[in-house]
Amino acid sequence: MQTTLALLSGVVFACGVFLLLRRNMVKFVFGLALISQAVNMAIFTAGGLVRHKAPLIAPDQDTLALGAADPLPQAMILTAIVIGFGILAFTIVLILRTYEVFGNVDIDEVRAVDR
Amino acid sequence: MNLIAWPLIVSLLSGALCLALWSLPTWQRRIGLVGSGANLIIALLLFQRVWGDGVQVLHIANWHAPFGISLVADTLSAVMVLMTATMGLSVHFYSWFCMDRDMEKYGFHALFHFLLMGVYSSFLTGDIFNLYVSFEIMLIASFVLLALGNRRAQIEGALKYMALNLFGSFLFLGGAGILYGIVGSLNMADVAVKLSTVDNPSLTTSLALIFLIAFGLKAAVFPFFSWLPASYHTPPSAVSAIFAALLTKVGVYSLMRFFSLIFVQNQEFTHEIIATVGLLGMFFGVLGAMSKNELRRILSFHSISQIGYMVFAFALMTPLSVAGAIFYMIHHSIVKSNLFLISGTIHRAFGSYHLNRIGGLYRSHPLLSAVFLISALSLAGLPPLSGFFSKVFLVKASFVVDRPGAVFIMLLVGMFTLISMTKIFDKGFWRPLSPEHKPVPLDESKAAYVGMMLPIVFLSGLTLAMGLFAPYVFEVFLRAAEELIEPTQYLQRVLGGVD
Repeated sequence: MQTTLALLSGVVFACGVFLLLRRNMVKFVFGLALISQAVNMAIFTAGGLVRHKAPLIAPDQDTLALGAADPLPQAMILTAIVIGFGILAFTIVLILRTYEVFGNVDIDEVRAVDR
Repeated sequence: MNLIAWPLIVSLLSGALCLALWSLPTWQRRIGLVGSGANLIIALLLFQRVWGDGVQVLHIANWHAPFGISLVADTLSAVMVLMTATMGLSVHFYSWFCMDRDMEKYGFHALFHFLLMGVYSSFLTGDIFNLYVSFEIMLIASFVLLALGNRRAQIEGALKYMALNLFGSFLFLGGAGILYGIVGSLNMADVAVKLSTVDNPSLTTSLALIFLIAFGLKAAVFPFFSWLPASYHTPPSAVSAIFAALLTKVGVYSLMRFFSLIFVQNQEFTHEIIATVGLLGMFFGVLGAMSKNELRRILSFHSISQIGYMVFAFALMTPLSVAGAIFYMIHHSIVKSNLFLISGTIHRAFGSYHLNRIGGLYRSHPLLSAVFLISALSLAGLPPLSGFFSKVFLVKASFVVDRPGAVFIMLLVGMFTLISMTKIFDKGFWRPLSPEHKPVPLDESKAAYVGMMLPIVFLSGLTLAMGLFAPYVFEVFLRAAEELIEPTQYLQRVLGGVD
């Protein structure tokens, strides 16, 4: 499972980088979204995969039972998803604005006159 | 009372208040400036506390390290916070007189404070994931500041800046996740202790390189610098000035923190790479600068070259060289940001940043010429200014570790910097404006000019003072450097649980 997820995250990351390198900025946004998911998956996998052991402390215990899942990577991913969402929203607005101003979403065509 | 959290709280509150007073730009301006002023006082108190008592730690919500998020202020952090507060107040004061009223209406002051909050938080945090969040706060604020105003060039600059910085952020986040997978902790001190027991050199070294690329992108280190000259010349000059003072420094600071505290296992390899990219950045940055004819583009390329000096000096890892790197970082913030402010004042008088469209400033603006000369010569490294001493320490440190080739490159780059500054002085200040270019002044009120000159003169005085009192200033940086190289007190105070 760990290997599959690690490979998957690598493949998704590679697809994201491929899209980032496109000239079309809409593809760039998709690339960004893919990379952010790949990174989240990498954190999830690196944090250790545990099945059927929820990180709940039993009523008569003070600490987590040994071998329970680690909740921290999920908290990190949750934060990262929220941040990634905000960034994606800003990117889309910026690209929309670029399209309005330059009439194009090709990065090579986006050249300001006053250089 | 623990002062560490206060710079964050004050910037957050000022930013939030500015947002609440959305329709009252005059009040936003007042609150913004009061917030910046308050932060300077806090930063001074914090520095005094750290200087007297050593490393300060705040465990948020009293969750002790390594479980909660810790804010840590050692000498380096305190110095960086003080520098941020000084630059924040100076640039904010400057923006009072020249910022576009439309930009103020669209939340300039709130964004400025959120940017500063991200910067303070990056300098003060002792937690890796928290550092990522601080980076993002800073990045989002800087994206909007960069694009605010909506000119074509700004949109182009913002796109390039955003693309590379976001990629860097994701690398950093991925690196943090893998690091957590290895050691099971995110507290920097705890990670440092645990990673030293991990015996897997190939894994830790490749992880170190991921972080090196992530911070290298933020700091505009040699192969990753292309976003900087593509974007810094586009926003209003007050925004360029605060970017030049702070954003790349956050990258350099994080690089210093990680590669002195956490990734120290394989220094012959990692630090050698840092030294090499530093030298290459120094050289190619200055070549780029010499080929440009637009004030702010020249200044942006010089930033790349100066960042090279800092990371090279840091990579030598001797107390003298690291202290030199910190000296260089503070000196560069003051001087480069001041040069951007000066170029904004020039733009106001001529309506252009292009060297062919400005001229005769020596006759028309004698005070401006004087302060430009001070900052420019300081950047090039002439005595008795701060730039001279920062280079002296670096040259000495390189000779100590027997790297005469690096000394040669440093001095050569210094000379090229001088040539490039002379070019600006010659074309913009001495030579009269050629008759076919009519200046289009944006605003000629005397009061605004005086107001804009105040922070410029103050910052020029600061670089002069840093040069004249170099031995005393250096003593502070030497202590910061020793704490970086031997982080025993840092580890003890963070992990020991003693407040």
